[in-house]
Amino acid sequence: MPEVNDLYQEVILEHSKAPRNYRQPATTNQSAEGYNPLCGDHFTVYLDVEGDSIRDIGFQGSGCAISRASASMMTQLVKGKSRAEAAKLFEQFHGLVTGEANGNGSDLGKLAVFSGVCKFPARVKCATLAWHTLQSALAGTQEVVSTEDDQ
Amino acid sequence: MALVNPLPVEPLPAYAIDDASGLDLAAVRADFPILSRRVHGRRLVYLDNGATSQKPRAVIDTLLRYYEEGNANIHRGVHFLSVEATEAHDQARNIVQRFLNAASANEIVFVRGATEAINLVAQTWGRANVKSGDEILVTAMEHHSNIVPWQMLCEEKGAHLKVAPIDDSGELILEEYKKLIGPRTRIVATTHVSNALGTVVPLKRMIEIAHSRGVPVLVDGAQSAPHMRIDVQALDCDFYAFSGHKVYGPTGIGVLYGKHALLEAMPPYQGGGDMIASVTFEKTTYKKPPHKFEAGTPDIGGAIALGAALEYVNQLGMDRIAAHEHDLLAYATEAVGAIPGVRLIGTARERAGVLSFILDDVHPHDLGTILDNDGIAVRAGHHCAQPVMLRYGVPATTRASFAVYNTREEIDLLVQGIQKAREVFA
Repeated sequence: MPEVNDLYQEVILEHSKAPRNYRQPATTNQSAEGYNPLCGDHFTVYLDVEGDSIRDIGFQGSGCAISRASASMMTQLVKGKSRAEAAKLFEQFHGLVTGEANGNGSDLGKLAVFSGVCKFPARVKCATLAWHTLQSALAGTQEVVSTEDDQ
Repeated sequence: MALVNPLPVEPLPAYAIDDASGLDLAAVRADFPILSRRVHGRRLVYLDNGATSQKPRAVIDTLLRYYEEGNANIHRGVHFLSVEATEAHDQARNIVQRFLNAASANEIVFVRGATEAINLVAQTWGRANVKSGDEILVTAMEHHSNIVPWQMLCEEKGAHLKVAPIDDSGELILEEYKKLIGPRTRIVATTHVSNALGTVVPLKRMIEIAHSRGVPVLVDGAQSAPHMRIDVQALDCDFYAFSGHKVYGPTGIGVLYGKHALLEAMPPYQGGGDMIASVTFEKTTYKKPPHKFEAGTPDIGGAIALGAALEYVNQLGMDRIAAHEHDLLAYATEAVGAIPGVRLIGTARERAGVLSFILDDVHPHDLGTILDNDGIAVRAGHHCAQPVMLRYGVPATTRASFAVYNTREEIDLLVQGIQKAREVFA
């Protein structure tokens, strides 16, 4: 039986209460909105991309603890990374929260605390919303990403 | 599907069943097989009845028996089973007629649910009667199913959707409602009980006001039919829609009640078999209502099982059900409302079935997960009523909604779960 403490790890609670990079960088040149119509979570991810590199990243919006903490820790992880590195991290993160990978040997670092999400399938979309939004911001598509469009 | 580790039916503590309703709650609970299911190792506490209610053995058995012994198409055969199924289907319509106190069974149209009922009226009555510049009046607390069909009609016709506002407690502001019914108002479409707030609207008064100006009224009864006695003749509503699955029946079956003269004058909804009197390639004539609106093979088993569900309700007594649920709602309002950090959303004087709230610093989705982990099912989200969420400035709420089989003990477990969530997020 899953325990709620597996999901709500201390680090996750701390980031949800005090999210990092919760701002729009002054030099934003790419952004995207992400929306989960089932629960109303709604975030915007802002990027300052120079060439292939994510020079700065921020986010704003509202959502549950999992989605906020995931967005916060994502911004810390991908800042300074290349597009390809960010895409690879998303793949690893997706594998972690869906239980398809255990995170061993990944580059996710402290984001491994999200491994508990895989025991709460209803919350996978919360954990991945910011990542989907980041992907959209990098791709430069203008459409709002919805968690329900690709299901 | 077999139950996973079913629990023996446990005796209920005295305080849990001691209310004024006169219902034998232990016996009622034993009628619902799913209530002995374990969820995450705990006994299920099902408080998501506003989304769908659980089904009593009588309904499940009726469905099973229909498919095992009685399955045949209706209105078609000379053979025994077809005649029997047709009779059972007609009988279900009669039960619905009595449930709503409609004047005639011909005023009862079987549909998939309240959503289809409203779409049917918008697409038939609406397309025939609403013109460019006309107005359709709804309230600020409608479910999306009583907004979107009218918006689609307005878009097609160049008509306007008007919204009667609510006050901070979630009560309709009757004075504003009155002012919004003008010479261009073609129909009022209102909820009876708000699914997001629990508000019971002053329906009889609203209908009187609309009728005094010659405006018909459609009532979305999805959240009222399960919780109170409905008398469409006493209300004098023109249309009344409800879903079977929220009143202990199966999914996929629901009802549109319409006054006979209105149904008679309306064009058909979908075309097909069973709704025609005669067909040639030049000209088709239609059957009379309700059959005019029931093209194709209907959900026969669903309708018969809905009849069984309403008979079950009759057997318990709707007044007793209402009294018990009223007790639960009062108990829950006090107990949940007393938790520090809780803000109740929807505090109208008259409410039914629903307790909606937010908790400081804990998002409804997180609260929903923590409660679920203890086997407590609630709804967390916007409840398909985003304009209501906007009105209160919240993205979502947590909603506990009640049915006849719920107990005060279950509300105590809900309160404990909320306390636990506060500790996790402390």
